[in-house]
Amino acid sequence: MTAQRVEPGARGGPPLALVNVRLLDPASNTDQRGGLVISDGTIAEVGPHLARAGAVAGIEAIDGDAACLAPGLVDMRVQLREPGEEHKETFATASTAAAGGGITSMVALPNTHPVIDDAALVESIARRARETSRVRVFTYAAVTRGLAGKEMTEFGLLAAAGALGFTDGLHPVANSQVMRRALFYASTFGKVIIQHPEDPGLGGNGGMNAGEIATRLGLPSIPPLAEVMQVERDLRLAQMANGRLHIPHVSTGAAINAIRRAKARGGKVTCDTAPPYFALNEIAVGDYRTFAKLSPPLRGESDRRAVIEGLKDGTIDAIASDHAPQDQEAKRLPFAQAAVGMIGLETLLCISLDLVHNKHLTLLDMLRKMTVAPASILGLPYGKLAKGAPADLVMFDPERAWKIAEKDFRSKSKNSPFDGRPVQGRVMRTWIAGRTAFALAA
Amino acid sequence: MTSSATAASFRYRHRHLLGIEGLSPDEITLLLDLAGSYVEQNRAAEKKSDLLRGRTVINLFFENSTRTRTSFELAAKRLGGDVINMSADVSSVKKGETLIDTAMTLNAMLPDVLIVRHPDSGAVKLLSEKVNCAVINGGDGTHEHPTQALLDALAIRRHKGRLQGLTVAICGDILHIRVARSNIHLLISMGARVRVIGPPTLMPSAIDRLGVEVFHDMKAGLIDCDIVMMLRLQLERMQGAFVPSTREYFHFYGLTREKLALAKPDALVMHPGPMNRGVEIDSEVADDIDRSLIREQVEMGVAVRMACLDVLTRNSLRNAAGDER
Repeated sequence: MTAQRVEPGARGGPPLALVNVRLLDPASNTDQRGGLVISDGTIAEVGPHLARAGAVAGIEAIDGDAACLAPGLVDMRVQLREPGEEHKETFATASTAAAGGGITSMVALPNTHPVIDDAALVESIARRARETSRVRVFTYAAVTRGLAGKEMTEFGLLAAAGALGFTDGLHPVANSQVMRRALFYASTFGKVIIQHPEDPGLGGNGGMNAGEIATRLGLPSIPPLAEVMQVERDLRLAQMANGRLHIPHVSTGAAINAIRRAKARGGKVTCDTAPPYFALNEIAVGDYRTFAKLSPPLRGESDRRAVIEGLKDGTIDAIASDHAPQDQEAKRLPFAQAAVGMIGLETLLCISLDLVHNKHLTLLDMLRKMTVAPASILGLPYGKLAKGAPADLVMFDPERAWKIAEKDFRSKSKNSPFDGRPVQGRVMRTWIAGRTAFALAA
Repeated sequence: MTSSATAASFRYRHRHLLGIEGLSPDEITLLLDLAGSYVEQNRAAEKKSDLLRGRTVINLFFENSTRTRTSFELAAKRLGGDVINMSADVSSVKKGETLIDTAMTLNAMLPDVLIVRHPDSGAVKLLSEKVNCAVINGGDGTHEHPTQALLDALAIRRHKGRLQGLTVAICGDILHIRVARSNIHLLISMGARVRVIGPPTLMPSAIDRLGVEVFHDMKAGLIDCDIVMMLRLQLERMQGAFVPSTREYFHFYGLTREKLALAKPDALVMHPGPMNRGVEIDSEVADDIDRSLIREQVEMGVAVRMACLDVLTRNSLRNAAGDER
């Protein structure tokens, strides 16, 4: 038997130096030329003294040619469709897509078949991910059994099995009493409740944002008010229960204002948004484009601008991909019948870089929202460039121009409203624990 | 007439008729003029021509309809075409075939025109993208019903001599009734003033952005109107979800002789049918031959659909000839 050569940097291999890079570490507010040494899967050394090529003698080195080197992205909201809908996505395909998008950790929603509402299922996700995923996979568990909104799941046992938080996915917990108790009970275990921001009554059977376009298209619609109604209620309940609440994919100015006020009161609330909500508006629905059918729906231009303001002033803590793969059969339908969601793993970074190119955020602040911010909300030790931290890294060129094309997606599903969009910023290489998970073909 | 009609069809720039939104005033006028000539043909003893001889027209209805389907069928037959009626009850739709598969299957039978009605907004457009023939929207969801708007316009034009400058009130369930949107687009495009009247629960959001004036008080809305168009209120919407009861709806939004008296003395009443007498319209008004255009609307329907079939098939002939060259 011949010994297989272990990749430099990876566990059990020789060390690897990454020199001549722009180090970007939001956790320590670092943005400077420098370099980094990976040894045995962890960061052994990092700093400006490693900037020069040849700074470290005797170990293999990669010259980054001034590219950006940042912590691998932590995507706090993805739907992986496994188990149950493997024809749409699997851990294998999603993790390949994630690595290509610079994502090194992703957190799955429990709205699979079966629903992740039992400790054994949380463990099976971890096991299956270990076997087939290129990136780190974590999971939330359901708030209520079967996402039915009635009986609480075993928060303690689920948390012990590894669930990072609790959510009923795209269903808000409608009953205020159930929600109040969930917030109370989850606080025992220090876990966060993540609640879809849409009042189910007002949302009804709507498929797009209420307004002139929905009226012209004759589509049942969801008023922007449906978001703030749900958010305001949950903020009150969280305050009463002194529980931790996270509101995902906020899309309206009104909800962002409500969260801003709650934060000012000292509430234990955090929130995230996703690229479509700051990069697109309801006009993208055009002539019944089902790829632009999302939940929450794409909003009007003033709400899109409010999302950018929320990102700028820090009200919105994180940016997640909100990856929701759907196959042709679920999308090639009349708009009202089509499934909601878009894939996002491979476009999270390049679309978010628009915020930097348009001078809304610094590169460091943008990266913060997809590294250390989500990691600290969820209690994960990832998302920083610190000595001793796992060597989960992404190297990217923030200026490099390319065009998003359906044929290039690594996801099993291709439902992206960004198909054909020219973007600036490309992932060149992704490492997980010092092991290369993705390298852009030259 | 034939050569001028052919020349005229060059002015219609679309392969399909999917909605009124997107048509120019010139295209609308063309269809109305042509339909006017078919009114005369239909009133003659010999009603048939052979313009569509050898052509196949398929009526594909995913939603129940007697009036619209019959009207299209008659229109195609009067032009000498072969017509097949397919309804969702008997087709493969109930076996789970998708809309796109149904479209592909029918397309393989090489029809010349597909007339499609579907309960989902945008479904007819989706289907039109998958076929080679011309498609006419026979009503999609709560989106559009273009031929109904054209026949309404033709009926108005024949009585008032114009559309420009008229004040038209559209009353009732603006939210769900698709012809409301088609009528709004058509009438505004042709220079009429449009008011929509109904309870707030039956108004789509931002409807004023379509260029209409919104009234919740029917009496105020009817003042000085030239035309009063009533819309049907479907039974399932009268029982508490959108309005509390039939009785209350009729009291505030039903068209009675007293309310009609607020409109101009020569104001005309229209209804796309089928009517709910005593819910949205009083029989006395509906049956008043001096004021009601309701029967004539049905007659205009056949002529308008003949004009649409005419223009679309001439367009496809021209395209085919173009391909050969």
